[in-house]
Amino acid sequence: MQARGLPTLAVWKFASCDGCQLSLLDCEDELLAVASEIRIAQFMEASRAQIEGPFDLSLVEGSITTPQDVERIQKVRQQSKVVISIGACATSGGIQALRNFRDVGEFMSIVYANVAYIDTLATSTAISDHIQVDFELRGCPVDKRQLLEVINAYLNGRKPNIASHSVCVECKLRGTVCVMVAQGIACLGPITQAGCGALCPAYDRGCYGCFGPQDTCNTDSLARTWLSKGKKPVEVEHVFHSFNAALEPFSSAGEKYG
Amino acid sequence: MVETINVDYLARVEGEGALTIRFKGDQVEDVKLRIFEPPRFFEGFLRGRSQEEAPDLTARICGICPVAYQMSACHAIEDALDLRVDDTLRRLRRLLYCGEWIESHCLHMFLLHAPDFLGYQDAISMAKSHGSLVKRGLRMKKAGNAIVRIVGGREVHPINVRLGGFYRAPSVKELESLIPELSWACEAALETVRDFSTFDFPAFERDYEFVALQHPEEYPFCEGRIVSNKGLDIPINAYDDHFEEQQVPHSTALHSIIRNRSEYFCGPLARFNLNYDKLSTAARHAAESARFSVPCLNPFKSLLARAVEVVQTFDEALSIIQSYTPPEQAYMEVSKKPATGFGCTEAPRGILYHRYRLDAEGLIQDAQIIPPTSQNQKSIETDLYAIAPQLAAMPHDDATWLAEQTVRNYDPCISCSTHFLKLKVERS
Repeated sequence: MQARGLPTLAVWKFASCDGCQLSLLDCEDELLAVASEIRIAQFMEASRAQIEGPFDLSLVEGSITTPQDVERIQKVRQQSKVVISIGACATSGGIQALRNFRDVGEFMSIVYANVAYIDTLATSTAISDHIQVDFELRGCPVDKRQLLEVINAYLNGRKPNIASHSVCVECKLRGTVCVMVAQGIACLGPITQAGCGALCPAYDRGCYGCFGPQDTCNTDSLARTWLSKGKKPVEVEHVFHSFNAALEPFSSAGEKYG
Repeated sequence: MVETINVDYLARVEGEGALTIRFKGDQVEDVKLRIFEPPRFFEGFLRGRSQEEAPDLTARICGICPVAYQMSACHAIEDALDLRVDDTLRRLRRLLYCGEWIESHCLHMFLLHAPDFLGYQDAISMAKSHGSLVKRGLRMKKAGNAIVRIVGGREVHPINVRLGGFYRAPSVKELESLIPELSWACEAALETVRDFSTFDFPAFERDYEFVALQHPEEYPFCEGRIVSNKGLDIPINAYDDHFEEQQVPHSTALHSIIRNRSEYFCGPLARFNLNYDKLSTAARHAAESARFSVPCLNPFKSLLARAVEVVQTFDEALSIIQSYTPPEQAYMEVSKKPATGFGCTEAPRGILYHRYRLDAEGLIQDAQIIPPTSQNQKSIETDLYAIAPQLAAMPHDDATWLAEQTVRNYDPCISCSTHFLKLKVERS
């Protein structure tokens, strides 16, 4: 498809909604430019052409939920110089990791009449639980500007410039008045990693944690604030146990209030 | 002579599926659209979650059509709570849905389906000889995404949708910023119908039962009755009485059928056939000048139905924005009570049904979600049976490609389709 000598890119899908790889196709202005700098070797959502590995860069979307995928992710690693997991499913197990806290047999029988046909693991786990990952890009979904930055960085052999501060800092940067202080809205922004650009507070809504826990965050302190604002313990549990439920310290915090 | 057509991993669809067609002589012996997308058990973990979370949680079923999930969830829960949003909020919801149809349809038409008609592996290689077509498609898609971003907050998994309306209503200025690009897009959409109408459509027709929503005044989005061209005409809350899901060993997605009948076809071609008279004048003219008329029984022409719907939705988006006055409140107050509610909206790929049973605390006791791709699955397989004699006479690579194209007519979203609730638990 492209001239030889260009770095090769492969995009892999595991259990997911396809939204993170769609973010690549949502780069309408950049898509053709990106495609001229790389050789797209595997991107099943976009092309029926497939080029054999090895690959310079693999982007992995989705979590590991089946015995087959435990094997498949090893093959992805073996064929790839750099592996980057993209999105909450790949970096935390995603929303489907809610099964990790329950009995998956019960879930299966709710959804399927005959569970014998269904081959699934009791847990949904992050890619890095199975293989060495070179970089994890958070978000449910990932932010497309961050996605382009990461691809660009790895193709040019530099470290990606991805902020690790909290959503709170992003609100200050964009000049959004704090929704928790000014309006008493429960917000997960103080302990959630930045990346979305602090979208929710700009829409008069509290952050709900799409990008997962920020480093060294204090979940207890925030939970106490939420409870003091009238939230019920079950609501505190739910806010920790959503799209990044399996990541610590959200995982334990959810169990503590559940 | 083709013996077996095997596609291990269907490309240019959303999600993971495979296809096998087995022949015996020139007779087709077996067709299987295998869906191996791993199940994610949404209906399982929705139990015990708060009703307010349903729009955000179910959005994560599909990154391509999250608004459809948000709209079906909101309408189903509001139905349970006897809440109807006011007209301004209703129009804002339609505007948001217009944005999603545009971005989803343009993604499928230009990047996933047009390469089949023009003989390319993908849109990127197609862009070398059809650069202006691909660039126009990307620009139209971007215009749809801009609507979703401004009304919904972001393109994938919008953050601004809530029960009763929105967290914040957009300002007039924010919406007006969209007008120049939407005005361009209205013209670009007409040009697209003209371009696509010159494509070579395989000669193939089947006597389908088309199923879509029908509304007395509008091209359907969120409300109406569920109707078909074969006499079905039911309110949304009668869905379970008329449709049933069957589990098959080769798929993690359940097959839907109309009870005591068989498979059916939902999506753009069904909507076009059943709601032609509700299209805008521009959309109807575009269809007429492309000689695309009802009834159309050729599933390959779903591409044209999408293109006409893109004309329709750019028109409607522009008209909603031009007459917009912000609502006094961005959302209506939402109550809690034990009740069951039903919602069905027209996702880009067809009807998306949600049902929720809620308790007095506003917690979800039970949820059922039936996405369009699962409803179309049996129709896709039946198409493949019907087209198989043509495939049998073709060189293997061409037959494989045409079989894939036949699947892609439905724009199947396999990520969506793998997670359903069957109420009766029958363990053998």
